[in-house]
Amino acid sequence: MIRVVLPAHLRTLARIEGEAQLEVEGPVTQRSILDALEAMYPMLRGTIRDHATQSRRPFVRFFACEQDLSHEVPDARLPDAVAAGVEPFMIVGAIAGG
Amino acid sequence: MSSVRVLVGTRKGAFVLTSDGKRERWEVGGPHFTGWEIYHLKGSPADPTRLYASQSSSWFGQVIQRSDDGGNTWESVGNEFVYDGVPGTHQWYDGTQHPWEFARVWHLEPSLTDPDTVYAGVEDAGLFRSVDGGRTWEELSGLRRHTSGPSWQPGAGGMCLHTILLDPSNPERMFIAISAAGAFRSDDAGTTWRPINRGLQSAGLPDPDAEVGHCVHRLAMHPSRPGVLFMQKHWDVMRSDDAGESWHEVSDNLPSDFGFPIDVHANEPDTIYVVPIKSDSEHIPPDAKLRVYRSRTGGNEWEALTRGLPQSDCYVNVLRDAMAVDSLDSCGVYFGTTGGQVYASKDGGDSWAPIVRDLPAVLSVEVQTLP
Repeated sequence: MIRVVLPAHLRTLARIEGEAQLEVEGPVTQRSILDALEAMYPMLRGTIRDHATQSRRPFVRFFACEQDLSHEVPDARLPDAVAAGVEPFMIVGAIAGG
Repeated sequence: MSSVRVLVGTRKGAFVLTSDGKRERWEVGGPHFTGWEIYHLKGSPADPTRLYASQSSSWFGQVIQRSDDGGNTWESVGNEFVYDGVPGTHQWYDGTQHPWEFARVWHLEPSLTDPDTVYAGVEDAGLFRSVDGGRTWEELSGLRRHTSGPSWQPGAGGMCLHTILLDPSNPERMFIAISAAGAFRSDDAGTTWRPINRGLQSAGLPDPDAEVGHCVHRLAMHPSRPGVLFMQKHWDVMRSDDAGESWHEVSDNLPSDFGFPIDVHANEPDTIYVVPIKSDSEHIPPDAKLRVYRSRTGGNEWEALTRGLPQSDCYVNVLRDAMAVDSLDSCGVYFGTTGGQVYASKDGGDSWAPIVRDLPAVLSVEVQTLP
């Protein structure tokens, strides 16, 4: 079971309390996690990555295991601890603006 | 007894203000979508329980919300706004060409007859339509593909399509306005468009009476007389008596003819309202006095409406989508400020009182008159 932590605004939008928990088929990557997340919560489509390009939105960051993985390619494997559900995959609203 | 529902979009959420037809006591509902910018929300004329809201954020982009119970509960619907084909480029601030990029929905205009049909005016300027209650959106790309498109350029707030007027007497006819391209009209339900800016003069343009390029801030129409249009331009208040074929200035004795909103009395098609703002570089009321100006003659001959409005030390602005009227007798007039006040007049503007004083900066105000 993959654990995903969402920023408060997206938890509200998706009506999620606490972490989202996902089953991911195949390699655990940013893309496979986001595909599974958006399949379970369609209202999140377009809020984390662009509809058309599938690129991460500029003020969204991906953290896990105390690393900033935002600039990794979407198909790079995530740390084993994320794949094993020991550590969450964190989707973070960048600290910017007011 | 009738009742009134005022829909308020702010920088940090949406609010629904309700009162009975006396309009003396108001309940403030919300915030909905707290922390998100709500550029606009509006109810369907065909089904007043159906509301649409534009929810956006620099972090998380665009969301469209729909309510089927008058704003008590909401459901997020479709947010995929994809320009038709290769979107091309428009003029950027520095004069270079810049790709069309979707930023947000500025204005939602529900169909006059079908609750599931709604139009969206977006930044970068484009017009979208949904016929399934907001679940999917299709661009009416004839507008953006107008031959003048590459010359359009953003105003200070972005290149936004902010006004959509539907002609109640002719379902094929609609009007839109873009900052800073100007006003356009379609006579075939949005398939093709042409600029309707003859008579506009904009000193900021190299050709002051150019066919396009004018920073139109707002258009207004009375539903009983859709051939008569009123315009608050960047500077100048304008009127057209031929559905936009030509315009003439009606600013006359206004203390400033710069401003953003313009609206028409619900029961008197020749009574119109504007909120003069000192200048484009200052965005504050003249003399620090918040005054609505009313013309009962369809322009010119303006009178200041001040009773109940702050007449000293006032430095708020009133944005283009932040004024609306109800259709009761007598007509109620409402506007919201960047200081978070929503003012209401239940006597056509003669006197004013705040419904609520301390909301986040108000981006839009719409009113529903309910049976």
